[in-house]
Amino acid sequence: MLRPALVAAALAAAFPAHADSEVDALRAELKELKASYEARLRALEARLEAADAAPAPAPAVDTAQADAPAAPKLNPDISLILQGRYAQLDDIEHRAISGFLPAGHAHETARGFSLDHTELVMSASIDPYFRGYFNLALQDDEVDIEEAWFQTTSLGEGLSIKGGRFLSGLGYQNEQHPHAWDFADNSLMYRALFGEAYGNDGLQLKWVAPTELYMEFGAEAGRGANFPGTDRNRNGAGSYTLFGHLGGDLGVSHSWRAGLSYLHARASAREGELDDVDDVEIETLFSGTSKTWLADFVWKWAPEGNARERNFKFAAEYFRREESGELCGFDGVSSCTAGTDDAYRARQSGFYAQGVYQFMPRWRTGYRYDRLDPGSVDFGANPLSLAKSDYKPTRHSLMLDYAPSEFSRLRLQYSKDQSMAEVSENQWFVQYIHSLGAHGAHKF
Amino acid sequence: MKRLLLALALWLPVAAYASLNVFACEPEWAALAREIGGDDVKVYAATTATQDPHRIEARPSLIAQMRRADLAVCTGAELEIGWLPVLLRESGNARVQPGRPGYFEAARLVPLLDKPRRLDRAEGDVHALGNPHIHTDPRNILRVAESLTARMAELDPTKAAAYRARGQAFGTRWQAAIARWEARAATLKSVPVAVQHKSFSYLLAWLGLREVAILEPKPGVDPSVAHLARVAAQLETTPARMVLRTAYQSPRPAAWLADRAGIPALALPYTVGGNAQAKDLFALFDDTLDQLLKAAR
Repeated sequence: MLRPALVAAALAAAFPAHADSEVDALRAELKELKASYEARLRALEARLEAADAAPAPAPAVDTAQADAPAAPKLNPDISLILQGRYAQLDDIEHRAISGFLPAGHAHETARGFSLDHTELVMSASIDPYFRGYFNLALQDDEVDIEEAWFQTTSLGEGLSIKGGRFLSGLGYQNEQHPHAWDFADNSLMYRALFGEAYGNDGLQLKWVAPTELYMEFGAEAGRGANFPGTDRNRNGAGSYTLFGHLGGDLGVSHSWRAGLSYLHARASAREGELDDVDDVEIETLFSGTSKTWLADFVWKWAPEGNARERNFKFAAEYFRREESGELCGFDGVSSCTAGTDDAYRARQSGFYAQGVYQFMPRWRTGYRYDRLDPGSVDFGANPLSLAKSDYKPTRHSLMLDYAPSEFSRLRLQYSKDQSMAEVSENQWFVQYIHSLGAHGAHKF
Repeated sequence: MKRLLLALALWLPVAAYASLNVFACEPEWAALAREIGGDDVKVYAATTATQDPHRIEARPSLIAQMRRADLAVCTGAELEIGWLPVLLRESGNARVQPGRPGYFEAARLVPLLDKPRRLDRAEGDVHALGNPHIHTDPRNILRVAESLTARMAELDPTKAAAYRARGQAFGTRWQAAIARWEARAATLKSVPVAVQHKSFSYLLAWLGLREVAILEPKPGVDPSVAHLARVAAQLETTPARMVLRTAYQSPRPAAWLADRAGIPALALPYTVGGNAQAKDLFALFDDTLDQLLKAAR
């Protein structure tokens, strides 16, 4: 604080031969400074004495809180996610995972430069009882409301209710938007199951147990319009979901979460495409029930729990899906499986496992393995000669990404994609993910 | 369904409600809550001194602890913005939501330093409200202690007298300690220092040390070699007597610079548990001063 005065004094001492008038000026300045500081010191002392004499201001504390400047934000937190990429892909006209009915809402795979979803996110407390969240995914000719929901914040006892359109709490990756994925594209498992992720219009009830071990249980009921269900123009719920997650720490450096989920959906005339034995594409319509089990496991490591320098994350998910009902095909004429005894039945499964290692600040590398099993598909007494596949789609992916800050990320990825029978494709992706504005924190 | 949940909830061992459960975001607030709460509270420290409080994973174990908390004591001022909102949201615990008595933000009780003049991410990891590392000035801890005592008494009226007694005793001891520290640190006034991150702004302001260089090019941005070289060159014209970093920060940049400039690099405990000596709040400042005085000698 006294620095200018000291400097002045030092200067005065160092240059005694300097013009006297300047020294005088400095002296005067010094005097002035001294006087003003002394006055301020006296004032401070007086205030201190007054404070000491006053009784302990115990209940006056909250007025201090009220006086503190609050962040000027009655507006919602708004963030925008910019994503784009360059993809080096083979020229394949029609991409589909062999042996699996195509799930809806699959991302198109444009070759060369392209823009991914641009996401607009808003969220805020609605009032002391609810909070709201909104996520809009924009692409050239489509605008999707990916999520738009409210959630209770004041029920207590670990209970919360979410309502509106939301990504289901099943599995691990499902609730993550593409910008939070560790790889440039979706896992084969999620592509086969839901296209991108399972979202629903409906209600979710969630309960966290008051235990040291993290235990979360949830149930959802909703419209069920998305794959594997369809919109059915009915009252009541078209799909329901049950899920449970456990989690905890092992020492200070390790943490984990494991879960089991179940999705029950109904489909009515769900459109799909399958090849017949002569490789002719046949449009199919499926009506029936779809039951999916998912198991998920995540393990994270960071030395001493400090993820800033180095950390490792392992995630794996496994699913089994059983579908039964009526499958119709349009091969010029329509023909369906008939009767309950010889209905269409499919039992399919698959998994992915991935590890991502941050080996130094900002830099991460990762490997993901995808494998699907077409399992047993019984077309029943269908007169169409649909091709049964025993090809097991696989894919290896390697990625390297660099995050200059928490808000930007650049990624290079190579994939050896064998998700289509008789095609072994080398895929290269260069991707950027940038987030502008008040971006909410990500889950574990 | 609800009846089933209720039955389940009652059946589970809910010893959690025996005493006031305090969820402390950082070790310093855990230590303070223990000083005031004594045996009447159960304190869970969500982070350790070896973890960067800006970057914590919203781990399931933390959600489970937040679920059981009666009082969440955090720094605020956006220090925990990357993880605390997730914990509060996922816990389903209404008692500790912002605006409720069970939510306590220390940074709101003290005047904040380093308020950014420009709110732009081009400036790095800026905290709109100001520098959140308030506990490095013991006078701030005193302010927080008074308020925390009142809050604990409000939440657990049956033990209010005990909280107030312990709070008062702590305040007296703390004020005496501040006087002792200030006397010890008189020689540190105007000593120029370099810091890795603006973790010690309040400590430096309290003791009158001068921050002449920061190793991070922007707040929260790791120093590059090029930037470190610039800082080293800067230190040739405006020399610093030591380089300060916290226990959770990488030792490399500070060590590199200290080596280049021929000055000591100090790993200050920064918070309780930051080294073997810093066992409680008193020892935290004792050790911090020991190290500073030794390096300034």
